[in-house]
Amino acid sequence: MKRHLLESADLDRADATLVLDTAAQIDAALAGREVKKLPTLRGRTVVNLFYEDSTRTRISFELAAKRLSADVINFSAKGSSVSKGESLKDTALTLEAMGSDAIVVRHSASGAPHRLASWVKGSVVNAGDGTHEHPTQALLDAYTIRQRLGRLEGVRVAIVGDVLHSRVARSNVWLLRTLGAEVTVVAPPTLLPVGIGSWPVEVSYDLDAVLPKADVVMMLRVQAERMNASFFPSAREYSRRYGLDARRMAALDDDAIVMHPGPMNRGMEIAAEVADSVRSTIVEQVGNGVSVRMAVLYLLLGGNEPA
Amino acid sequence: MARSNEPARSTAPGDAPRPGGSAAGILLSAADVARVVDRMAHQLIERAAAADPESSDGGLSALVLVGIPTRGAPLARRLAARIAAFTGTTVDVGTADITLYRDDLRLRGVRALEPTVLPDAGIDGRLVVLVDDVLYSGRSVRAALDALRDLGRPRSVQLAVLVDRGHRELPIRADFVGKNVPTSRNQQVKVHLAEIDGVDEVLVTEGETVSGQGREHRSEERARSGASRGSEGATE
Repeated sequence: MKRHLLESADLDRADATLVLDTAAQIDAALAGREVKKLPTLRGRTVVNLFYEDSTRTRISFELAAKRLSADVINFSAKGSSVSKGESLKDTALTLEAMGSDAIVVRHSASGAPHRLASWVKGSVVNAGDGTHEHPTQALLDAYTIRQRLGRLEGVRVAIVGDVLHSRVARSNVWLLRTLGAEVTVVAPPTLLPVGIGSWPVEVSYDLDAVLPKADVVMMLRVQAERMNASFFPSAREYSRRYGLDARRMAALDDDAIVMHPGPMNRGMEIAAEVADSVRSTIVEQVGNGVSVRMAVLYLLLGGNEPA
Repeated sequence: MARSNEPARSTAPGDAPRPGGSAAGILLSAADVARVVDRMAHQLIERAAAADPESSDGGLSALVLVGIPTRGAPLARRLAARIAAFTGTTVDVGTADITLYRDDLRLRGVRALEPTVLPDAGIDGRLVVLVDDVLYSGRSVRAALDALRDLGRPRSVQLAVLVDRGHRELPIRADFVGKNVPTSRNQQVKVHLAEIDGVDEVLVTEGETVSGQGREHRSEERARSGASRGSEGATE
């Protein structure tokens, strides 16, 4: 493994499989245990450096680090010296001077973790940067697919919705590709990034045509907060063409699963009855996130000398 | 079986040096391994009965054999199979991966994890026998004891090893020893088991440096390739 996890492309097939296998072993080892804690990262410090709001990712990383006995410092831009104008670099160097071994960073600017990685000696884990990547989300999605379907090779995955603004989609496309899955991206043309042609995916504008051939449907959140123009006429029209409701779900294969990285806009990209159905893995994804992030922290930090 | 008090290198005189300059001597052949495992199984039966004289099944229902991966796991299953063959009673078997409890991860790099599987009845209040292939520094056993503490509260914990090669770094001793082998630190003891390596044998290899950079490097490679933990006593 490389020292940092900045994007899915940092993981080759062996590394990605190692992360998933490690997560599975950790899951099995902790299942049914009273003491859900391992001493592995005792004395290490993990800083959660969050410049953007987050519920599940931050808590998930915090829990993962704590279950491995690392010390965790949560830093959010609000209420810190960032509001006094301190730069990312100065903030990072300050944290490192205080002895952090790893920085888990979320930032609204794409590429911020890459810059960070060139400044600090410890490991950097990208927890979402702008519209670029969110590799641990892709890892937990791959883990969830493998857990439900028993394989990744040849699995047909449809990624549906706001691909343009989605770092989850980007990370998933590259990771699933590495692991041998076949990805189809479904979105209105306005919500596809420039250069989608160079991605290793099929592109479709017609959700109803794709659903019967999919083993996995991954719905993406419509990221209204990143939309600075009108990308579709109305929420209702988007929902009618690209939302997953009970009628569309009926077109799926019997074993097919429905995923969503959260947070959901119920009634927009996904209907409540779909989100709460037995096909939905949304709650499992959250639980798996902790195991997968434990695996990532173990593999990145476990063997290194403290920074 | 006679215990060898000679240095291990003399147990296989005339063994041809292997390419690369290090000589390998066969310490135990496949037949020796089978005999040793049989003897250890008998000792386990006796000790379990002595620990619980009132019991109708000779204390075997309280016994749990917990193998330390990689090679302790098949060894524990073999011991259980032999105990079943001798007594007709099936004893519980488990495995406990200790990687996340090791104190040398920082020195030697991370490695792939192995399964941790405990019997459904758990280990609380039972007689747990840890099973490993080679006892060397004692650090694996220390890590296994820490892991057990998180997994439950056994009535007592004992240790069974196929080979004890000495050089303890911690106050730990085995309760059941297949073979005591005095070695020097720059020898390696390799246990091969049919389940993993295709053949049963115990080898002693000469002359490899087992400390410092070389050791770190090898285990890192192993971790990276996702391969199993080596069985060399030298890297215990």
